[in-house]
Amino acid sequence: MNTFIRIAAASAMTVALGAAAHADISVKVAYDADPVSLDPHEQLSGGTLQLSHMVFDPLVRWTPDFQFEPRLAESWEQIDPTTTRFHMRDGVTFHSGNALTAADVDWTFDRLKESPDFKGVFSVFTDVKVIDDYTFDLITSEPYPLVLHTATYIFPMDSAFYTGTTDDGKDKAELVKHGDSFASRNVSGTGPYVVSEREQGVKVVFDRFDGYWDTASKGNVDQIVLTPIKEDPTRVAALLAGDVDFIAPVPPTDLARVDESEGTDLITMAGTRIITFQMNQERVEAFKDARVRKAIDYAVNNAGIVDRIMRGFGTVGAQASPAGYLGHDAALTPRFDVEMAKSLMADAGYADGFEITMMAPNNRYVNDDKIAQAVASMLSKINIKVDLQTMPKAQYWPKFDERAADMMMIGWHADTEDSANFHQFLTACPDDATGNGQYNSGNYCNPEADALMLASNTEVDPAKRAAMLQKLEGILYEEAAFIPLHWQNLAWGARSGVDAAPILNAMDFPYFGDLVVSE
Amino acid sequence: MLAYLVKRIFQAIGVMFVISLIGFAIQDNLGDPLRELVGQSVTEEVRQELREELGLNDSFTKQYTRFLGNALHGDLGTSYFFKEPALDVILKKLPATLELVFGATLIIVCLSVPLGVMTAIRPNAILSKFIMGASIIGISIPVFLTAILMIYVFSVGYGWLPSFGRGDVVHVFGDWDTNFANVDGLRHIIMPSFALASIMLPLFVRLIRAEMMEVLQSEYVKYARAKGIRPWRIYFVHALKNTLLPVITVGGVQIGTMVAYTILTETVFQWPGMGFMFLEAVNRVDTPLIVAYLIVVGFIFVVTNTVVDLIYGLVNPTVKLARLGA
Repeated sequence: MNTFIRIAAASAMTVALGAAAHADISVKVAYDADPVSLDPHEQLSGGTLQLSHMVFDPLVRWTPDFQFEPRLAESWEQIDPTTTRFHMRDGVTFHSGNALTAADVDWTFDRLKESPDFKGVFSVFTDVKVIDDYTFDLITSEPYPLVLHTATYIFPMDSAFYTGTTDDGKDKAELVKHGDSFASRNVSGTGPYVVSEREQGVKVVFDRFDGYWDTASKGNVDQIVLTPIKEDPTRVAALLAGDVDFIAPVPPTDLARVDESEGTDLITMAGTRIITFQMNQERVEAFKDARVRKAIDYAVNNAGIVDRIMRGFGTVGAQASPAGYLGHDAALTPRFDVEMAKSLMADAGYADGFEITMMAPNNRYVNDDKIAQAVASMLSKINIKVDLQTMPKAQYWPKFDERAADMMMIGWHADTEDSANFHQFLTACPDDATGNGQYNSGNYCNPEADALMLASNTEVDPAKRAAMLQKLEGILYEEAAFIPLHWQNLAWGARSGVDAAPILNAMDFPYFGDLVVSE
Repeated sequence: MLAYLVKRIFQAIGVMFVISLIGFAIQDNLGDPLRELVGQSVTEEVRQELREELGLNDSFTKQYTRFLGNALHGDLGTSYFFKEPALDVILKKLPATLELVFGATLIIVCLSVPLGVMTAIRPNAILSKFIMGASIIGISIPVFLTAILMIYVFSVGYGWLPSFGRGDVVHVFGDWDTNFANVDGLRHIIMPSFALASIMLPLFVRLIRAEMMEVLQSEYVKYARAKGIRPWRIYFVHALKNTLLPVITVGGVQIGTMVAYTILTETVFQWPGMGFMFLEAVNRVDTPLIVAYLIVVGFIFVVTNTVVDLIYGLVNPTVKLARLGA
């Protein structure tokens, strides 16, 4: 039966179901969750962006080595410090048959500015000025180095399709975060796939868009069936049994099994999500002393955690920015030396140690609770007694907002794929007005570091900007503003014959439009 | 009879009211639903606006009165994730769960009676000892472990059965798609049904065996034997009938419990039923869906217990329903 399924999948799986006869290569994909909505502006999350890359196209997109690749924008130039002019590809049509023009970009931009999730990313952007059908200017309020970074979030929507009212009198453009809306159930983009069937939480069927503009793409998959499989062992078993062709994520415990199993391939990549601990200076007097914070950094064996708990499935970190980001400074290396830690504690007058509380989630990051337990026992070696509490993420985040423990775990992925974002949210002086330091439960505050971040946000020369951001990372490292542990790696499993590696990237947005299946 | 049913309906309403109150009281401890609704970098100000819009900032009594008012109109709230009325979501998921429970019940009924009777008649046979031993193992292994073992043996190892989901279901009417109409559907439901049955089956085998052994010692069975009635008639007609009373009582309660066990089974097999939906709702802090699920399950418990009492009356005419209801 197993071979039968494979042959059927390779030849004409959907013929048996009575669907379109042209669908001859079908790929079954299993993720741990399915997208919450078909509306690309409803939630800024990995799931939404993965969907957007299938059903829509961005103006530009990331390459695996963090460069920009033209998509709907063919070229662009800076015409003055606050204006970037984009030239769009012509002859692109939406799934509805409407032609894509600059007016659609303008419409999409206005909607993004209304979205609670996306308006933060676009706060510096003031306007889209339409020059002609295929040319527009993107205008910022000040010189901004991340124009292209942000353009990866602009997936032009079909303005004609989303204009008007539904049968029950609702505006089709309406953006609703909770509850029913036209855009959450209907979609028309320019992307390689059309959503042909969707049952939330059960499956989404994507069919190749006949009129897709990118005819140069080698992608040859006619149909993708996305099924969420929540349980890790079941997802892996489904791949091994040949019931699905592509899975993500592969849990650390099953990496070897997927790799060694005949007929399946494992693809791994260093990720960009840093896992850290923050030390609350408001709650614990000792944490105000940089020597104590450094002692903790020296006491924590992050290489050991990656090796033992993550089974090598992580990249040991000493800073927030992963390799490839402007601010990444290769000179900053992980610190681990228990003797050094003890002497720093003694210097600060805490040779006898103290007691603290610690909290961590137990279902948010890979092995989060085990990591917290390991850190707690490492700290006991320098006489810091830890009262650890772990809990599901649903309960953890309210506790995090309350700053309910002396040390709290947080992982962060920069939405902008840029170093300054880490500092802005995790280590900048907390400020309700600007929203800076929103996730800075340590209450670390260094005006010099904040000044560097602000300066970098208007510095458009990449070399100068890199120097600023690396200096910023250096300050945080020297002052041990937080305890960096590791960047979580990413892992995908694919059936042999599904050439998945070229479509994957560290952002975890597989470009399914370009997927080639060879059998 | 009618008075009894009316009494039961009032009981059901009372039970559901209490459940809704408990469900509401614990929702604050489940976590913050906003976290699952918005991205990481959304500002606190925007979050507060959303909270206000969702009515999460109102007092407990205000929220609960609003809920009760809507509930009287049949509206149990709107799921944050599915963006549909919670009751609709549950009713859509219900057929998948009921089919799974039906599959497991079928397995239990078909296997427990012959196995239970056989182990009672021939307690010393090697096969009986093997069955009793296996039943101990069945009771003590958690469902999710049984399920994962089955997947690794029958899907990954031999490739006989599909590892997850409902497969190619056939539409019947309304929200009901069935697994029992074609080969693919049947192949998909076999493993989840066995996994779900694995906890209850040993219990019933043991129960039937114990009851049967007791009945076989009774005077009327001895008399029947002396009279020369054929053994199978004594076992399956005269004796079995009298062992069924306690089995039905336990069975009724256990079917309700089985709905609870579907949470584990459905999660492992990615079975799109309401048990899996409930676990996901808890993870996502989808409070309207959680409360609605608890109320529906409470309703199912009351209904199954009522039906069991009615059947009880049919099997044993000496039982008076009026007395049971009191």
